[in-house]
Amino acid sequence: MSDVHGLPHQPDVAPGDEVGSIRLHVLGYLIGLGLALVLTATSFFVASTDLVWQPSIPVAIVVLAIAQMGVHVVFFLHITTGPDNTNNVMALAFGLLIVFLVIGGSLWIMSNLNQNMPPMDQLMLMQR
Amino acid sequence: MVATAIAHGHDLNLLGLADTEHEGPAPKRIVTGYGFWIFLLSDMVMFSCFFAAYAVLLGQTAGGPSGAELFNLRSVAVETTCLLLSSFACGMASIAAEVHSHLWFQIAMAVTCVLGLAFLAIEFHEFADLVARGAGPSRSAFLSAFFTLVGCHGMHVSAGTLWLLTMMAQVFAKGFRADIQRRFLCFALFWHALDIIWVAVFSVVYLLGSAV
Repeated sequence: MSDVHGLPHQPDVAPGDEVGSIRLHVLGYLIGLGLALVLTATSFFVASTDLVWQPSIPVAIVVLAIAQMGVHVVFFLHITTGPDNTNNVMALAFGLLIVFLVIGGSLWIMSNLNQNMPPMDQLMLMQR
Repeated sequence: MVATAIAHGHDLNLLGLADTEHEGPAPKRIVTGYGFWIFLLSDMVMFSCFFAAYAVLLGQTAGGPSGAELFNLRSVAVETTCLLLSSFACGMASIAAEVHSHLWFQIAMAVTCVLGLAFLAIEFHEFADLVARGAGPSRSAFLSAFFTLVGCHGMHVSAGTLWLLTMMAQVFAKGFRADIQRRFLCFALFWHALDIIWVAVFSVVYLLGSAV
C-alpha cells in the first residue's frame, strides 16, 4: 500500500482511512490517545489549581481544547493536509468558518446588546 | 475500497492515461465517506448554535444555582476518560475490520460499547441528580441551555451505541462485505466526531462554566 506515494495521480482517501502497516496504525492511535490524555489532564489541572495566574485560565482552557480537537482530527479521523485529502480539508475549513461565525457572532452581538440595551428597569435607573 | 482505487490508478498509469482529464468516478467508499463527513460537519454547525446559546446564557441563572455550585468535575473527568478510551477502542475496531479479524473486531466493539454505556450511565445519574435538587431545565435560562447542549450530545451517544450494536450484528451475520465496511467507516467517523464534540463540552460547559 505504501507505493501509493510513487504514483503521479494519488487517489483520494475517504475521511478515516489511513495508509500504512497495522503496527503503524496502532501506533498512530496510541500516540493520539496519549496526547489527548495529557491535554485533558492539563486542562482539568489548570481549571482547579491556584498555581496559575487566574485571569489566564479561560484562555488556557480554550487553547488546550482546540489543541486536543486537532489531535483527534489528525490521529483518530485521519484528516491530514496530504494531497489526497484536499476535499476533506476544504469541507472542514468551511465547517470551521460557519462555526466561528455562529459562536463569535452570537457572543459579539449579545454583548453589544447587553451594553447598549439594558432591561427597562435598569434603563430607568440610568435616566434618573 | 482503497485497494481498488490504487489498482485503478495503477492500470491507468500503465496505459499512459494517468494524465487524462477524467479518471472515472471515485470509488464508492470515498464518495460515502466524504458524504458522511459533510453530514458530520453540519452536525458540528448545529452543535455550535447550542454552544453559542450556552455561552450567551451562562450568566442568566434567574437567581438559581450557577455552574460552579452544580458541576462535579470529578465525574466529568471520569466521563471524559470513558469517551476517550472508547474512541481508542473504536480505532482498534477499525484496524480489525481492515484486516478482517472477526474476533478482534467484536472484542474492540464490545469494549467501545461498554465504555459508551458507562459514559451514558454517569451522565444520566448527573441529570437525575440535578433535577432532584430542583435544578432542572426549567429552572433558569442557563440550565435550559445546559440541558439542551449536553442532552443533545447524550442523545447522539445513545444513537451511536444503537448503531454500534447494529454494526456488531451485521459483521457477525454478513462478514466484512464492502457495503458493511462502508457502514462501519461511517460509524467510526461518527463516534470519533462525538468525542471531539465532548472535548468542547467538557472545556466550555464544565471547566469554563464552573470558573464563571
